[in-house]
Amino acid sequence: MKTLKQLSLILLTAIVFTACSNDDDAVNPEPVNEEEVITTLTATLTPVGGGTTVTLKTQDLDGDGPNAPVITVSSPLTISTVYNASLVLENETESPAELINEEIETEDDEHQFFYQATNDIATFTYQDFDGNGNPLGLEFTLTTAATAGSGTITITLRHEPVKDASGVSDGDITNAGGETDIQAVFPVTLQ
Amino acid sequence: MKYYIMVLCCCVFSWSQGQDCNSTLSGEVLDFHDGTPIINAVIFIENLNTYTTTDVNGTFSINDLCNNQIVIEVSHLACETKSLDVNIDGDTFLKINLEHHIEELNEVNVKGASGAKLTKTSQETLLKSEAIERYSSLSLGDAIKQISGVSSINTGNTIVKPVINGLHSSRIIVMTNGVRLQDQEWGIEHAPNVDLNTAGSISVIKGANALAYGGDAIGGVIVLKPSKISLKDSLYGKTIISGQTNGRGYNLNTSLTKTYKKGWYIGAQASTKRFGDFETPDYILTNTGLESKGFSINGGFKTFEKGFNVYYSYLDNNIGILRASHIGNIEDLVNAINNQQPLVIDDFSYDINAPKQEVTHQVLKTEFYKRFKSFGQLDVQYDYQNNQRFEYDIRVGDDRDKPAVDLTLKTHTLKTSLKLDAKDNIIYKFGVNAGYQNNFANPSTGVRRLIPDYDRYDLGVFAISDLRINNNINLDFGMRYDFVQIDAKKFYITSRWNERGYNSDFSDIIIDEVGTQLLTNPVFNYHNLSASVGISYQLNEFSSFMFNYGLSNRAPNPSELFSDGLHHSAARIELGDLRLEQETSNRVSGTYNYSNKAITLNIEAFYNHINDYIFIEPTGTEQTIRGAFPVWSYNQTNAALFGLDISANYNFNDQWNLNNKSAFIKGRDVSQNQALIDMPSFKTVNSIGYSNKKWLDFNAELQSELVLRQNDYPNNNFEVFIPTTQEMVLVDVSTPPPTYHLLHLQGDVTLDLSKNTNLNIGLNMTNIFNTNYRENLNRLRYFADDLGRNIMLQLKLNY
Repeated sequence: MKTLKQLSLILLTAIVFTACSNDDDAVNPEPVNEEEVITTLTATLTPVGGGTTVTLKTQDLDGDGPNAPVITVSSPLTISTVYNASLVLENETESPAELINEEIETEDDEHQFFYQATNDIATFTYQDFDGNGNPLGLEFTLTTAATAGSGTITITLRHEPVKDASGVSDGDITNAGGETDIQAVFPVTLQ
Repeated sequence: MKYYIMVLCCCVFSWSQGQDCNSTLSGEVLDFHDGTPIINAVIFIENLNTYTTTDVNGTFSINDLCNNQIVIEVSHLACETKSLDVNIDGDTFLKINLEHHIEELNEVNVKGASGAKLTKTSQETLLKSEAIERYSSLSLGDAIKQISGVSSINTGNTIVKPVINGLHSSRIIVMTNGVRLQDQEWGIEHAPNVDLNTAGSISVIKGANALAYGGDAIGGVIVLKPSKISLKDSLYGKTIISGQTNGRGYNLNTSLTKTYKKGWYIGAQASTKRFGDFETPDYILTNTGLESKGFSINGGFKTFEKGFNVYYSYLDNNIGILRASHIGNIEDLVNAINNQQPLVIDDFSYDINAPKQEVTHQVLKTEFYKRFKSFGQLDVQYDYQNNQRFEYDIRVGDDRDKPAVDLTLKTHTLKTSLKLDAKDNIIYKFGVNAGYQNNFANPSTGVRRLIPDYDRYDLGVFAISDLRINNNINLDFGMRYDFVQIDAKKFYITSRWNERGYNSDFSDIIIDEVGTQLLTNPVFNYHNLSASVGISYQLNEFSSFMFNYGLSNRAPNPSELFSDGLHHSAARIELGDLRLEQETSNRVSGTYNYSNKAITLNIEAFYNHINDYIFIEPTGTEQTIRGAFPVWSYNQTNAALFGLDISANYNFNDQWNLNNKSAFIKGRDVSQNQALIDMPSFKTVNSIGYSNKKWLDFNAELQSELVLRQNDYPNNNFEVFIPTTQEMVLVDVSTPPPTYHLLHLQGDVTLDLSKNTNLNIGLNMTNIFNTNYRENLNRLRYFADDLGRNIMLQLKLNY
């Protein structure tokens, strides 16, 4: 009995120490490249009937890192013009860059873009819709005001918005709820 | 064959004929611990029905015994009775050791008398099984909140972290069946993963004076102990079933224990609970359900001199987190704060969807002890813990069902202690602990690691002494040294690395560069010293004083060092700091206790000065593609916490009693001369109780809980530009919610079903008036009200 006890104690200590010797010590952990990060949003505005194409771009290459997104607007917009607009969303932390549009299109009922302009410089109309007939907003038209001026255009992507809440299908974000996946503010001039 | 039997018979006959009945049995009876003689011990020879007692030297003798095997029983008023088989062969001398410490006996084997406190001079409160069973369906944090000075910091209503005198998380040690719980206690939304139903008693020790458990418990120690094992042949168990209206769920807990007189025992316990969405008075808290399953087995051998114990426990918790608390950016946060109701309210459901946590915790423990005569007791324990934590965020596409956090924490601990209790008035305890911990963050989540992979090594040694000067004065001293090493492998985004200024201070720890990320290998060593001195003085029959001083150091935890990134449910970016130093706490406390037949009064005061107190505070905003986020960074300051905890009870007569528990605490940031963040507000709980043994042992209690608004808080509000409305708005993350008052009612009766079986039926109603309220230390207070009325029926069967 006594030897048994001693044996079991020795065994126990052995287990402890072998258990302590680590198995994956020398191996470095592998890096994680965030899959869901959207680093870049590009809105391409093509004037109906010809003219200069305008791009609005926000790019945040360090994701949730400390660097603020870089916002570029290629040129001023023209007054009284209808632009056909489309959005491209990318994750540029991966190489080649991952196109996020597909994910949004697959889950179109859970996403909606909202557009807002200050100083009444532009109005927006949805051109694409989800399976339930509610707006999505990867495609839209932008109609500029008749007078020159300047202001901002804000593009917001909400995840799991309440699409049937009052005003939401008309593009009013007030009652949309959900979470913001993207919010970009572009300073534009109209001439 | 016949021949042999005849020979045998003859032999026996001749032997019994020839046996000599002039033998003398003499001996001495000594105290096991210190070897001093025990006077007036009774020596009883069962088969001869004769007895004698020991003299002043502890010696005895019995004459005219036949040479034979006899059974003697040795008993003494203050000792455990001992039975011995003695072979008399001529004059025989015996040395018998008796266990002479009644209070230790209680610890060893008296079931039901588990009232022994773990410390003599600390601010300690003990909850016994009845007080714990009432909270069977809730969490550890809820149960110990009945102690004055203990509150909780919550993430919703099922993630409850205990707060002792204003301190929480890794400033508190939770011990379960002798094992220090290692379950990523650093995170604010990580509740201790322990099933309350495994505990027979819970001790809460305020401050770091229980050095045997660890030196870094600046806040305190919570010790869960299993029910005592009795040394008799017995089979007993307990089943608790409860159902409740809020959450529309049930809780089931059952346990069975088999014990043997020789010391062997085995027990098993299992519990399961399930709740759906909880409710406020006005709406359903969508996705706040809980599903929990657990079991434990406990077996071993236990006598006064030696014993061992093997214990295994498994607990799996699946916890939903309020859907409306998952938000996108600062604008969503502002909307959530300004909206009086959560933005997502669905119909009641038992479904637990993302965001949710799934945590599995396993503990395996083996323990062995042996007592040595006139010396003391040696204890050796090894334990292994495995904590697997998944946190599911709301994700899109292929990642929808993937956890966003996948951490496996494995901990091995070996500890030995030696208790020298040979002298009646002084006890020494020495101990050595060694531990190894490995945290693995699974990269397959596709989300940058919140907590990096790391190895942690620790080694601790301590010495404690308990000194009884006389019947009225107890003194104790303790010293402890701990060495802690954290060896981590952490990826930093290069821009963050530079922004934090690590490129100038820590460039030597970079071991690899992968794209935009740097792999670093921070190795930190910490030397922690702790000490404790305490004195208790019994003034007279009714009142006593205690005074205590404790010094302790706590090394920063992995989240304080390494946090780096977006924390969704709080809509903030949280940043750790590699430069953090240890915290040093100096805590002095005094206790006055008065008790007579009618009145019990306990007043505890404390002052805790913490140098380099680590806390998280808002430090600005950062712009990301999702919009603006507030940044909260871990920081250090010098802090002072002081307060008063009062508990009082007055018995009018055998039936009626009044009870009060109040706690007042102030936390000051001494360096910045402002209030400390996240301090519990003043709380007073008053109750009137009625009990009547004649009415089926009826008990009832009406409780009033008053929590005043926290008026002393740092103003961390900030303004931010909201693009959609084109205006600057104030983000009010600081203003505490208003004062609230709740009424609770509980009652129970006990039916005796048979001699050994009884059924206790309890009815519990909380928040009787369905009052709307929000609690300052609930992380989800920005998003929703706290719980409305709940009616719970509990059946407790003891057998």
